[in-house]
Amino acid sequence: MATFGTLSDRLSDTFRNLRTKGRLSASDVDGTVREIRRALLDADVALDVVKEFTGKVRERALGDEVNKALNPAQQVVQIVNEELVEILGGQQRRLEFAKKPPTVIMLAGLQGAGKTTLAGKLAKWLKKDGHTPMLVAADLQRPNAVTQLQVVGQQAGVEVYAPEPGNGVGNPVKVAKDAIKEAERRQFDTVIVDTAGRLGVDAELMKQAGDIRKAVDPDEVLFVIDAMIGQDAVATAKAFQAGVDFTGVVLSKLDGDARGGAALSVASVTGRPIIFASTGEGLDDFEPFHPDRMASRILDLGDILTLIEQAQEAFDEDEARKVAEKFATDTFTLDDFLGQMQQLRNMGSIKKMMGMLPGAGGMKQQLENFDEREIVRTEAIIQSMTKAERVNPKLLNGSRRLRIARGSGMTVTDVNQLVTRFEQAAKMMKTVAKGGMPNVPGMGPIPGAGFSGGRGKQQAKKKGSKSGNPAKRAAENAAIASGAKSTTDAAASGGSGFGIGGAKGSAPAAPSAEEMAALQRFMR
Amino acid sequence: MFAKKTIDDDTWDDLEDALISADFGPDLTDAIVAELRAKVARYNTTDPADLQRMLREGIEERLVRFDTTLKLSERPAVVLVVGVNGVGKTTTIGKFARFLRGYGRTVVVGAADTFRAAAVEQLATWAERAGAEIVRPQQQGQDPASVAFQTIERAKAQGIEIVIIDTAGRLQTKGGLMDELTKIRRVIEKQATIAEVLLVLDATTGQNGLAQAEAFVQHAGVTGLVLTKLDGSAKGGFVLSVQERTGIPIKLVGQGEQIGDLTGFTPHVFAQQLVG
Repeated sequence: MATFGTLSDRLSDTFRNLRTKGRLSASDVDGTVREIRRALLDADVALDVVKEFTGKVRERALGDEVNKALNPAQQVVQIVNEELVEILGGQQRRLEFAKKPPTVIMLAGLQGAGKTTLAGKLAKWLKKDGHTPMLVAADLQRPNAVTQLQVVGQQAGVEVYAPEPGNGVGNPVKVAKDAIKEAERRQFDTVIVDTAGRLGVDAELMKQAGDIRKAVDPDEVLFVIDAMIGQDAVATAKAFQAGVDFTGVVLSKLDGDARGGAALSVASVTGRPIIFASTGEGLDDFEPFHPDRMASRILDLGDILTLIEQAQEAFDEDEARKVAEKFATDTFTLDDFLGQMQQLRNMGSIKKMMGMLPGAGGMKQQLENFDEREIVRTEAIIQSMTKAERVNPKLLNGSRRLRIARGSGMTVTDVNQLVTRFEQAAKMMKTVAKGGMPNVPGMGPIPGAGFSGGRGKQQAKKKGSKSGNPAKRAAENAAIASGAKSTTDAAASGGSGFGIGGAKGSAPAAPSAEEMAALQRFMR
Repeated sequence: MFAKKTIDDDTWDDLEDALISADFGPDLTDAIVAELRAKVARYNTTDPADLQRMLREGIEERLVRFDTTLKLSERPAVVLVVGVNGVGKTTTIGKFARFLRGYGRTVVVGAADTFRAAAVEQLATWAERAGAEIVRPQQQGQDPASVAFQTIERAKAQGIEIVIIDTAGRLQTKGGLMDELTKIRRVIEKQATIAEVLLVLDATTGQNGLAQAEAFVQHAGVTGLVLTKLDGSAKGGFVLSVQERTGIPIKLVGQGEQIGDLTGFTPHVFAQQLVG
């Protein structure tokens, strides 16, 4: 539920107190696990599944990977996500087709799960792939289900086999059986059998479904389940597994705002993979299932994973390492700075990026104030410099600055500001890269704080915000101690002074609000 | 859980699990457990049977705070039926029409679900079974509001007492479709006051039921809830949160696919079924 904010916000809250401590204690982790439990229950994941899941997460969260991470909250979210994806997509697979056609696909599920609509979507999808599907109207229970399937079949442009009028008349087992013969005779290569909706507790109808299964010997039995279903998902899935032993799951109505925890419950309890997701009323609103997207949805993570991915793509690890080396040896030049900025631009619009953060709502105003063209202007200034000037800004005397200002269409003041900021930042970065604590203006992020961590601070815009974060200090000290590794880790903390290296390092973290603010300050 | 000799820590854990498994949701579960803990402490009891009774009474108390009677006194009394896809709107209308015919009322149903394939035919079958009149759209994909308008016109012309309007299922996140609902409402109100707007909720739904209710209350002015598919293994505990959050009472309960499987809502029976 939205009122409680997203899981990542909640976790950040839980972790906020941890900045005074170097390590996570068991009770800290318990607090976190409680939040995760709640988030999962809010998303309608079945209780038993939640218990097992949180147990696993707790174990991993107490391990070293979290303690060593610069940002424990993010690391825990990452763990949760990994575990979710594993359950959801461990056995991701495609439809299996029979060696000897026709391939028979049977649909089963509760009333109103969306079987008939799905039958049409599946048929259309198969047809597009070059198959010749035939729909079979074996739902003779619900009034005019047969008519509905005929209409859907017509829309999809596929044949519908409907020998019985339905509305309680006819034997679905016989219809299904005849349909296979019909398909063989008329050489359809796939047969999709639409069955009546039935409750898991209805023994008689479950037996009928089992009989249909026996009669048609399907290659795939797809269990269609509504993404909005609650705790009952487990009982229903188990009943259907016992009754028709489905081979795959289709999650329907994913276009709503249900978080779809049922997906996790069903996948976890039955061990059957989710093959398709159905996302609308149109016949084309149908797609293979993406476990990772579902995981984020269940956790209400916003697009953070996409963001992390983008950040990882945009930042070349070697590049980051080189930059870190340059910091350390005091050879960081305006050229390198330009390169970094261009990398940042590669990630796309900064405003859009910020919008992907689940907790970014509160930062709207600051986002509005951020002028993306600022980067372009800075780029222009640097590009108006000669090679020599870029390597050694000390060359920049009054007349050179005037030339640069004219060349870039800016004023001399702008050029002066850029140079001053660059020098300050380079100095600071040098200190950080060497493992010291910087105490110069323009200090960037506090990695432990997460996205929503230090909002108050950045509004205050104080010089040298308290960076006495022991987690960070510890990480940096460890990085230095481990010698060879130090450059990479330094890249993680060093680069972030520009608000652009934050996504590197052991814990892939999104550029945080502070990082953005630091960047913004730098640009002005 | 209630079969044990005394109330101990396990009892509370089991209670919490049971409530969550019945889709009460984490918030309401916490509230109920806290309330019961306080009561148990106050009455100084250790008997799980007392706990069970208190739980049942507590739930019943929450349910009876709202008036569950249907108000169909206008003539014609217009009932608009709304809900997300596949919750059982059309089936509920069929059963409801029969329910009203059982009291000797004349009923006309309006097939304003002009979107889903064969929805009109499905409603027609139900209308025939229930012995109700039906107004069909004149063409495929006709504006649902106009079908509703014509249905009420027909009711007025023929002196039919109760009008039930079926609408297409729509997910609460679809802004355009929700606006369409508002339009249907507006058009109906030009002809007659709306007696009831019934939101149909599927008992198997989880915490999303709350989001559904809030959206439909906002766009369609829901006055009552119908809980369907209660004959399955789902308990539908989420309606308690829905009732509490929106202040809208449950008015009808659907318990099967047969035409007689619809009853009025009795808090006592519902609480009994939930708790056992």
